[in-house]
Amino acid sequence: MILQTITFYLFAAITIAAGFMVIAARNPVHSVLYLILAFFTSAGLFVLIGAEFIAMILVIVYVGAVAVLFLFVVMMLDINFTELRQGFLQYLPIGGLIGLALLIELIMVVGVWQFGPEVAGHAIPQATTNGMTNTEALGNIIYTQYVYAFQAAGVILLIAMIGAIVLTHRTRPGVKKQRISSQVYRDPKTTIEVKKIKPGQGI
Amino acid sequence: MANPWPDNGLLTLVWFVLCILAVMLPVVLAVAFVIYFDRKIWAAMQLRRGPNVVGPFGILQSFADGIKLVLKETVVPASANKGVFFIAPVLTFVLAMVAWAVIPWGYINGVKLVISDINVGILYLFAISSLGVYGIIMSGWASNSRYPFLGGLRSAAQMVSYEVSIGFVLITVLLCVGSLNLSDIIEAQRNMWFFIPLFPMFIIFLISALAETNRPPFDLPEAEAELVAGYQVEYSSMTFAMFWLGEYANILLMCAMISILFFGGWLPPFAFLDFIPGPIWLILKIAVFFFVFSWVKAAVPRYRYDQLMRLGWKVFLPISLGAVVVVSGFLVAFDLLPNKG
Repeated sequence: MILQTITFYLFAAITIAAGFMVIAARNPVHSVLYLILAFFTSAGLFVLIGAEFIAMILVIVYVGAVAVLFLFVVMMLDINFTELRQGFLQYLPIGGLIGLALLIELIMVVGVWQFGPEVAGHAIPQATTNGMTNTEALGNIIYTQYVYAFQAAGVILLIAMIGAIVLTHRTRPGVKKQRISSQVYRDPKTTIEVKKIKPGQGI
Repeated sequence: MANPWPDNGLLTLVWFVLCILAVMLPVVLAVAFVIYFDRKIWAAMQLRRGPNVVGPFGILQSFADGIKLVLKETVVPASANKGVFFIAPVLTFVLAMVAWAVIPWGYINGVKLVISDINVGILYLFAISSLGVYGIIMSGWASNSRYPFLGGLRSAAQMVSYEVSIGFVLITVLLCVGSLNLSDIIEAQRNMWFFIPLFPMFIIFLISALAETNRPPFDLPEAEAELVAGYQVEYSSMTFAMFWLGEYANILLMCAMISILFFGGWLPPFAFLDFIPGPIWLILKIAVFFFVFSWVKAAVPRYRYDQLMRLGWKVFLPISLGAVVVVSGFLVAFDLLPNKG
């Protein structure tokens, strides 16, 4: 167990430090990189409690796709760093309030499990179910008990995606595009004209 | 591999380190020879001799190059973002190495040769290969220079695009297996290798693997003719060597993934060839696919960027998405699902 404990504290410490650096780093690109580190170490924590499926999905979805797009956008922005710092005090109360609300919620959730399991109605769910890989366990619960919620989430995401495309899509005139089909359907008869040219004469 | 000291102490750590070295050192050595192999194939296809000076048939060329790179000076651009600049090649190299932890090499005397036989092996490989983009995008940004930055951006867009179709191809394979464990995937192919029923998926995976590893014809991130060498422009000496090693280790990994997903990993092609141990089969298959990678590199001209994106999003994505529906429909209709219950 000693190795697991050491690994846990290592990952937990890195996660917290990285999380802090996300808001403390001066350079926004560094912030995103710290965010990625935080995601990655949280995936490590998931592995430690035996939730390997969630861990891998966290890495694939958040680190492999979402954070790449974050980084992509942040890298391309032309940011004035001093300007970025100016609104700090202005937004501090709102940010602090949200942080406090989240902290209280977390304390309530964890505290109930810790101090009064009978109030919560059930104990802390175990990541490792007996005799079943947690991919299987998750599949079983998502596609039976929560199938409507799951489908609804999918539909909402689809609508959000279509909405984003509709809002940002614009057709500009004069853009050159390659049309593969019209290229394929070109044939020599309509595009090439063979002319016989007599010597010493032009066309 | 079974742990001889299962008491979770310091000895376990020692055992893991030994296991890791047992896989990592051969991979790094293999990379050195594979670079030589690649250059030789490429030369042969262009009717050149290729490296032939260092050692017999030039076989030690990669080591000479390695020593040269180690002895060179590391040049850091004045306006580079130092920390990120140095983390990028290390990240590329480390990610290319850690992925090998879950590759199963077969059985020798009934002992399964794999560092970590995890339940979600294929997802782990997918996750690690999707992280590979960070090394490139970070190096592109940290170099603080135009060409690397363009290379980094191209690479990010390219890898994200092709990952989607790779993901769907993996799903079609997993539908036929019913497990995310790599050993189970191989065992499921004992009767028939998956490239026979899933041939179109194999082709899509092969092409996407080329795009994912930035190999020609999809090497736009490092297109010499337009971007000099893309994200690697500012790198020299050991940092450059790490990119190089990481890139080739990734290519080998993709070859290993193709062998495992579609060509039965360590299974022999015919049952009577069972006496040859599993690792040899897997290594042979990896070598064959590496040859295919080199062949493509020598034979196919580079794609234009919009064509690359078109292929990823307008051709592969619909086909692979359709294939997921077709394969799952087929499996349900003919009652062939692996795990019923």
